[in-house]
Amino acid sequence: MIDLNLVIEVLIIIFKVVFVTMVLFSLPMPLTWIERKVAGHMQARLGPWRVGPHGLLQPLADTIKLLLKEDIVPENADKFLFKLAPIISMVPAFAVFVAIPVGDSFKIPFIEKTFTLYISDMNVGILYVLAIGGLSIYGIILGGWASNSKYSLLGGLRSAAQMISYEVALSFAAIGVVMMTNSLSLVDMVRAQDGGFWHWNILYLPVGPVWFAVFFIAALAEINRVPFDLPEDEGTLAAGYHTEYSGMRFSFFMLTEYVAMVTASALAVVMFFGGWNAPIDFRTIEILTPITSVSWIYSCFGLFWFTVKVSFFIYLFMWIRFTLPRYRYDQLMTVGWKILIPICLGAILVTGFMRI
Amino acid sequence: MMEQVFFYIFSIIAVISAISVISARSAVRSAFYLIITLMQVAAIFILLRSPFLAAVQVFIYVGAVMVLFLFAVMVLDIGREKLVAYMHHQSVIAVPAVIVFFIMGAYMIIRGGWNVSNAGFPEAALAKSSEVIGKEMFGRYLFPFEVVSLVLLIALIGAVALVLRGREKDKQC
Repeated sequence: MIDLNLVIEVLIIIFKVVFVTMVLFSLPMPLTWIERKVAGHMQARLGPWRVGPHGLLQPLADTIKLLLKEDIVPENADKFLFKLAPIISMVPAFAVFVAIPVGDSFKIPFIEKTFTLYISDMNVGILYVLAIGGLSIYGIILGGWASNSKYSLLGGLRSAAQMISYEVALSFAAIGVVMMTNSLSLVDMVRAQDGGFWHWNILYLPVGPVWFAVFFIAALAEINRVPFDLPEDEGTLAAGYHTEYSGMRFSFFMLTEYVAMVTASALAVVMFFGGWNAPIDFRTIEILTPITSVSWIYSCFGLFWFTVKVSFFIYLFMWIRFTLPRYRYDQLMTVGWKILIPICLGAILVTGFMRI
Repeated sequence: MMEQVFFYIFSIIAVISAISVISARSAVRSAFYLIITLMQVAAIFILLRSPFLAAVQVFIYVGAVMVLFLFAVMVLDIGREKLVAYMHHQSVIAVPAVIVFFIMGAYMIIRGGWNVSNAGFPEAALAKSSEVIGKEMFGRYLFPFEVVSLVLLIALIGAVALVLRGREKDKQC
């Protein structure tokens, strides 16, 4: 006899996984358009304009172009790893979202089932995200090596060195947040920041802003965005690790980059900006009680605030990209090892004293 | 039942890729198979109800150690032929050592001496394994923990000292 409850549970999980994957797959399309528009307006240009109104259909045209392009594999490449690398890069970027909570749980009306707006609440959530998120780098390293081209190889090497240097700072930032919230679970982290913006970790004075600065700089480096995009420094390395890639395989790398940007934004929101919590706790305002006490309406609010915050961070990443110049390689290493890590050690001491 | 199926899947992949590590032609391929092996071990940790160990395994071994490995391998570009030049008859000692290790391991597994289920913790406490590990590590096992960290620190300082000494020699030349 099959348990009906169990079947519903499994169906809900499958639905959530498929839904999240679909969203993540389609998200880069609007994001590329927005990024180009932001770039255009910042540089006093129009950005994409020809395809559709305001160039809205440009991403669609790009997708068709990438799908139809010839898939070239260099003759002396390690063919197995060359073909595998984009997938190694892409899968972890998607897998990270299993642990990221986008909203609180609520009861589905009529069937009385709890529906959680996260796929899994692991008690090692933050470790899982950092560990799996870090795996994307193998796509870049192996892809760079397998291409059998000097530009690709150098891109992969730079990527490996950069990743190791900044993963230390990123993990320290995670330790800081874990110390502030007493939990490794991302859901518990958000719950600990409940009740108005003054409870958010960013305002956990004096260490909150320091941790956030460290996290943000390290995250920028981890996802290879300007000013830390040395693995694809076009001035010296052609296109870096993906020089030899074309068509679909190239688009997998691009997809990974955009999904990583979304992940970094979501992590920043969950760790420092209260996740799905509203800036002001609406549940305490009495006039709104009839609305906010219904759990699914409140969850919708949560989803709204989460989306707003993540969108802001995505915009911030684009803003930085078209504002700051790229770091030189020795500067990159100096920032990572000689500035961020000592700051982290000091901040751990201060946070520790505050938590006693 | 399901657990056993998963265990066999993970362990078979782990063994196959472990064999591939030593039989692959290029060093980068070997590193790639080693990554797969370590991931399977992490999966087995999850089957053993220890998500914390699994996450740490992926985080440290796959995420950091193997990146360094790949970095070194790619910079040095050691082919199989060159690697042989660095082996100074270690295999004479290594082969008996490996055989002895395998016999000891097999003996322990067959005797079942390692069958310490849950180590005295109830299932509910193990679900929060990170807390259990933390309390044990900084409580009962604080001294061994500090000793291990000291040993690692010495190794770290030793590596830096060796590099610095090498540099001085270069200057004298």
